[in-house]
Amino acid sequence: MKPTVVVLGSGPIRIGQGIEFDYSCVHCVWALQELGYRAVIVNNNPETVSTDFDTADALYFEPVTLHDVAAVVRHERAEGVVVQFGGQTAINLAQPLEQAGIRVLGTSPRSIAMAEDRGQFDRILADLGVRRPPGAAVNSLDDGLRAADRIGYPVLVRPSFVLGGRAMEIVRDSSSFAEFYREAESASPGQPVLVDSYLAGTEAEIDVVSDGEDTLVPGLMEHIERAGVHSGDSMAVYPPIGLNPEVQWEMVETGRLIARELKVKGLMNIQFAVVDGQVYVIEVNPRASRTVPYLSKVTGVPMVQLATRAMVGRSLAQEGYGSGLWARHEGQSRVIGRQEFLALGEPISPVYAVKAPVFSFQKLGKVDPALGPEMKSTGEVLGIDRTFEGALYKALVASGVTFRSRGQVILTVAEGDKAHAVGIGKLLVDQGYSIGATQGTHDVLSRSGIPSEPLKKIQEGSPNLLDRLMAGQVSLMVNTPGPAGQETEHAQRIRRACIETGVACVTNIDTATALVRALTLYASPLEASCMTLGEYLATPQKVN
Amino acid sequence: MEAWLALSDGTVYPGRSLGAQGTSVGESVFTTGMTGYQEVLTDPSFAGQLVAFTYPLIGNYGVNDDDFESDRVQPSGIIVKEACDTPSNWRSRRTLAEFLRDRGVVAIQGVDTRALVKRIRSGGVLMGAVSTVGPDQALRASREAARYDDTDFVGQVTTRRPYAWGRQGREEIDAPASPMPVRMAVVDCGLKHNILRRFAALGVRSIVLPSTVTADEVKDWRPDGVLFSPGPGDPARLGGVVATARELLGWRPVFGICLGNQILCQAVGGRTFKLKFGHRGGNHPVKDLLDGSVTITSQNHGYAVDPESLTGKDAEVTQVNVNDGTVEGIRLKGAEAMGVQYHPEAAPGPWDSRKYFAAFVEQMTAAR
Amino acid sequence: MEKILVIGSGPIVIGQAAEFDYAGTQACRSLREEGYSVVLVNSNPATIMTDEETADRIYIEPLTPEFCERVIERERPWGLLATLGGQTGLNLASQLADLGVLERYGVKLLGTPLEAIRKAEDRELFRSLMREIREPVPESWIVESEAELEALLDTAPYPCIIRPAYTLGGTGGGVARDRDELWETGRKGLKLSMRSQLMVERSLLGWKEVEYEVMRDSKGNCITVCNMENLDPMGVHTGDSIVVAPSQTLSDIEYHMLRTASLKIIQSLGIEGGCNVQLAVNPKSFDYYVIEVNPRVSRSSALASKATGYPIARVAAKIAVGKTLDEIENAVTKTTKACFEPALDYVVVKIPRWPFDKFRTGDRRLSTQMKATGEVMAIARSFEEAMMKAVRGLEVASKDLTHPDTSLSDEALEDRLRHPTDERLWHLAEALRRGWTVKRVNEVSRVDPWFIEKLLGLVEVESRLVGLRTEPSAAREVFREALDSGFDLSTVARLSGLAPEEALDSASVRLEPSYKMVDTCAGEFESDTPYYYATREVEDDAAVPQNPISVL
Repeated sequence: MKPTVVVLGSGPIRIGQGIEFDYSCVHCVWALQELGYRAVIVNNNPETVSTDFDTADALYFEPVTLHDVAAVVRHERAEGVVVQFGGQTAINLAQPLEQAGIRVLGTSPRSIAMAEDRGQFDRILADLGVRRPPGAAVNSLDDGLRAADRIGYPVLVRPSFVLGGRAMEIVRDSSSFAEFYREAESASPGQPVLVDSYLAGTEAEIDVVSDGEDTLVPGLMEHIERAGVHSGDSMAVYPPIGLNPEVQWEMVETGRLIARELKVKGLMNIQFAVVDGQVYVIEVNPRASRTVPYLSKVTGVPMVQLATRAMVGRSLAQEGYGSGLWARHEGQSRVIGRQEFLALGEPISPVYAVKAPVFSFQKLGKVDPALGPEMKSTGEVLGIDRTFEGALYKALVASGVTFRSRGQVILTVAEGDKAHAVGIGKLLVDQGYSIGATQGTHDVLSRSGIPSEPLKKIQEGSPNLLDRLMAGQVSLMVNTPGPAGQETEHAQRIRRACIETGVACVTNIDTATALVRALTLYASPLEASCMTLGEYLATPQKVN
Repeated sequence: MEAWLALSDGTVYPGRSLGAQGTSVGESVFTTGMTGYQEVLTDPSFAGQLVAFTYPLIGNYGVNDDDFESDRVQPSGIIVKEACDTPSNWRSRRTLAEFLRDRGVVAIQGVDTRALVKRIRSGGVLMGAVSTVGPDQALRASREAARYDDTDFVGQVTTRRPYAWGRQGREEIDAPASPMPVRMAVVDCGLKHNILRRFAALGVRSIVLPSTVTADEVKDWRPDGVLFSPGPGDPARLGGVVATARELLGWRPVFGICLGNQILCQAVGGRTFKLKFGHRGGNHPVKDLLDGSVTITSQNHGYAVDPESLTGKDAEVTQVNVNDGTVEGIRLKGAEAMGVQYHPEAAPGPWDSRKYFAAFVEQMTAAR
Repeated sequence: MEKILVIGSGPIVIGQAAEFDYAGTQACRSLREEGYSVVLVNSNPATIMTDEETADRIYIEPLTPEFCERVIERERPWGLLATLGGQTGLNLASQLADLGVLERYGVKLLGTPLEAIRKAEDRELFRSLMREIREPVPESWIVESEAELEALLDTAPYPCIIRPAYTLGGTGGGVARDRDELWETGRKGLKLSMRSQLMVERSLLGWKEVEYEVMRDSKGNCITVCNMENLDPMGVHTGDSIVVAPSQTLSDIEYHMLRTASLKIIQSLGIEGGCNVQLAVNPKSFDYYVIEVNPRVSRSSALASKATGYPIARVAAKIAVGKTLDEIENAVTKTTKACFEPALDYVVVKIPRWPFDKFRTGDRRLSTQMKATGEVMAIARSFEEAMMKAVRGLEVASKDLTHPDTSLSDEALEDRLRHPTDERLWHLAEALRRGWTVKRVNEVSRVDPWFIEKLLGLVEVESRLVGLRTEPSAAREVFREALDSGFDLSTVARLSGLAPEEALDSASVRLEPSYKMVDTCAGEFESDTPYYYATREVEDDAAVPQNPISVL
């Protein structure tokens, strides 16, 4: 009789915990089966492959809660339970299950708790010599205010132990601190609230597979939007396009250090902010992340399989991998070390892959589509191509960012984004698009000699932006919000109106900047390629 | 109040009383229909049986004044997981428990009916008893009971005297409420009212006759066709009705439903055999071999026709069960006669095979 | 080997979630079983269908006609299967047909013909087909002027719903109970509509909403996989409704009347594959209306598949390549055929999962626009157990029917029951906790009394648990009752202030549940499909491996 392992699913699909986790659970089941285990799924989401009755050796259609899971484990006399692939739902059960006498496979519940305990984790990072933004975990508003003063505004306020940046906010001064503190506090009652310095740098993330000794980094992803947009809502590109190799390697090395310190057996996701060439760790999740399927597919590294094998004691070396970064070198993909990476004269991947978020604002009345630290997207798409621009174009188109055939591109951007608007405007005009802009943006464009039609804001009377939209005369909207709490509701109304009239609305200046890089492809889509995934991975990359 | 279900193999299931006090015995069978308990409770084909419902919540829509298939409760008892005390439906008049109490039916709830089904599935149907007296009494009763196959249930459920059924329902034979184009004789071996209702809706007035009726007596009613009804018990016991059928074949169009189908088969020399646990429910697929179509049917039978026994006889198997290949329909050669093993009248169950009633009405009309 | 192009559903959005990965994956496997080579296009990488294990050639490309045409040009598939990729897949197939791409490359559209899809999706075509086959659809009128509105005042059925076309956020609509209200609201609506157009429709608010999942093959054989009853009456999108399978409050005649109607509809449409039929049922008569038909595998199909064990997508894919229902194996029993109707010996409860923990400013009211991002399902031998399991599986603020916020005034509570939000279930329970009668709760919420009675039973168990704080001697009895009603041990402990594990010796009350099998046939046939659910019962169906040797 085969020994049994129970794999925990991720429960209902919600923002921040989507289909990606189901993908990982299913692959974990397959990996266990290959290793000779009887793999059993516990999950309660009827929409998934994991709850298909012929996926696992047994399916228990049960809620993923402590008692329900424990009963199944005891009933199955299972060897242990896998909590890494079922998102926060499953990972939150690691400690309670262990306390109930059930063996948790992979990274130990103690390490998981360490990664999530702010004070403890700060000390670990300090010992490892890894930078993280100054911050504190506080238990009262007063402590919070003091911490914020010490760290210096703007600060990021968020609850601990929640997924998807729920109740997370960038706070710019002490006057609005209390409000956001209360929200964070109530989102995770009884747990400390985290107050961190807000670093407005480039964000990047890695997913690593570790066996406790060796740590493989299948790939690094650079976010298109700067810090401040939740990673689930930002576009991300693999491999990075704007990070220098030293910085990239520092992330790989940081991943290895943390994985070894936490004795990670399985997967871990680390998010970074890069400011002035300095790498800061902003978040560590000791579990499979949303980007695992994406990275697995574009690198060809079977991440979940390797992680599962590591959990049951198979080392990365045994599997033919080791510590380092997965890269294409001299026509072959393999793990490389620092020297090789820095000396690499070619891109580490034959393809560029851009992930773009997809939102469901059309269905959700009164929700502001502007991006922020709290995640709002419900899904994602991937654009793959041999060039970054091609991949970007595909990701944008697949996520619904298209130019309507008639009308203007409207620019109305926040004060801090005005400088970028010039570059965007110029490229749009060069490509033959006509621009409409609200007064402030129009003035900035005019000063740079970029023609645009000045348009009224709603509060300035008719005819205004909204009228344009409703009349179907807008081809695309770029509308970036000002700082939280300082924005008029009119701006929100415009963004909502875009949603309801089906006009693509870009709410982040970095997204807009990326968009104009893909303009050539919007004009001639046939320049993008169309191949199977296998063909992409086998084809040499174009040098940009 | 406590109650027990005992099977003659010695298994005892504790539960709670549902309905009247006392002890009742019968052949333990199960039905998989998820609705239709009121129809099941009044279907004469369940006479002498303890019916377990596989669907765990029974009584949800109460008991109404309309959906009766005969004038009395027919199974000797019922076995459910949970009986609903707070039914909800616009036609509901009373709860299931109230109805059972009023009719003096001993029943049990709180039984792991899936466990019971698995037992019956693997060991075959067997005698059982439900008792509010005690587990030993239940066990003894289940073992002392007369064997189901040895009992003449048709004699118990058939009508005592002829009556008619027209557009307005049951009526005196001599007093039709309104003229109807077709007249059909029904040999009642355990008739369900919905057969009469469906035929009435197709313009057929039914003359319902006791199962002991002779062929000559049937002919005296000058019907346009004859229907042999469903009913309970072992079809092999029904020599008299089989003889009646044999005489009527070729005289007028003949149609047999369930037990009636088995009677027609025996009339041309076929035999029946007992199924391990029968077909009871509303989800059985039947393939019509003549046109290849498959229909979901309502079924309630513990015996089936042996297709081998029809070899060389004046009968042709026209329909088979998709699950187990058993005979579901026949056509007799040289006579305008057909039979189906399932229940086109539904009640309970799907309405998909009503076309066979319409076809029979056409035959009767053409034969006038 | 013939190639078939399968179109996925793209990114997860509200109304189109993971169910299409499930459906697509099953379809791909099913087609490969039949000896076809599968070419797959999907822009969503986080899917099993885009795995090498699932499809032969995988394109992660945008789901636009342009890219699909390029795929078709490269691959030259024999057939295209689009009815498993949600509305996205269907729309794309339709565009490819309209653009002449399918014809140009000689690609055969498999499954339900486009003509049937159009008949089901085009409001006018559908209504005229329904009239032809004499199935009732709710009366409705398009009004484009005040004169037309005036003419309607005498003929409109009251109450009726007014929906102005082309307004922001659906503003200006409403319910009119009499001619005065129709005139007032209608005139306002005409002004608000950008195109001076509104639709007036018979209101079915408060009617029961029932769905049938049906299948039909190319030879016209039809079955229903299951029916489902929405706890929320008409007015709430079925994706936002708490759904129970099978229906609970329909008598046999009603069940089969609606089943027959559903089969008649798919027969007349000529569906080849799966289809979902939604009906509104008058709670006080045999009257019903056909509301909508989804001529494809849908979210409801995924639910129905999991609720019954019947693999709708797998069977639909086989039907699409010409197999008939009686030729396809029942993959669960492996001894019977796909041409049958599952019999359930348990109750299934589905509860949607809404994103309002994230969107605190969002409009939480539920209506005809779906807002849930996902859902949970629970199976048990009693409604109570299934409901409690579903609730605690949602991972929302409350793990049971108690709600952290009980400060709502009676007036506010009544308003929430009348205009449901994502917290409807908790509001129903709260009303019962406040001693409102079942009748009153039903009158306000229009939820069928059957469900309210069940919730009342749960609220009563809750209060007996709380009662143990002052009278702990009844603990054993109350704990047993609570566990049998599906309460979780932690809820039992929280409400009673006692530790149930300690208060119960294992001889008197079993803490652990039994596991029963989902086998499509209520136990009638042997089945070895290892699909289980926990429930408070006597016998266990799950074969447990005996003391395996550790290799860890």
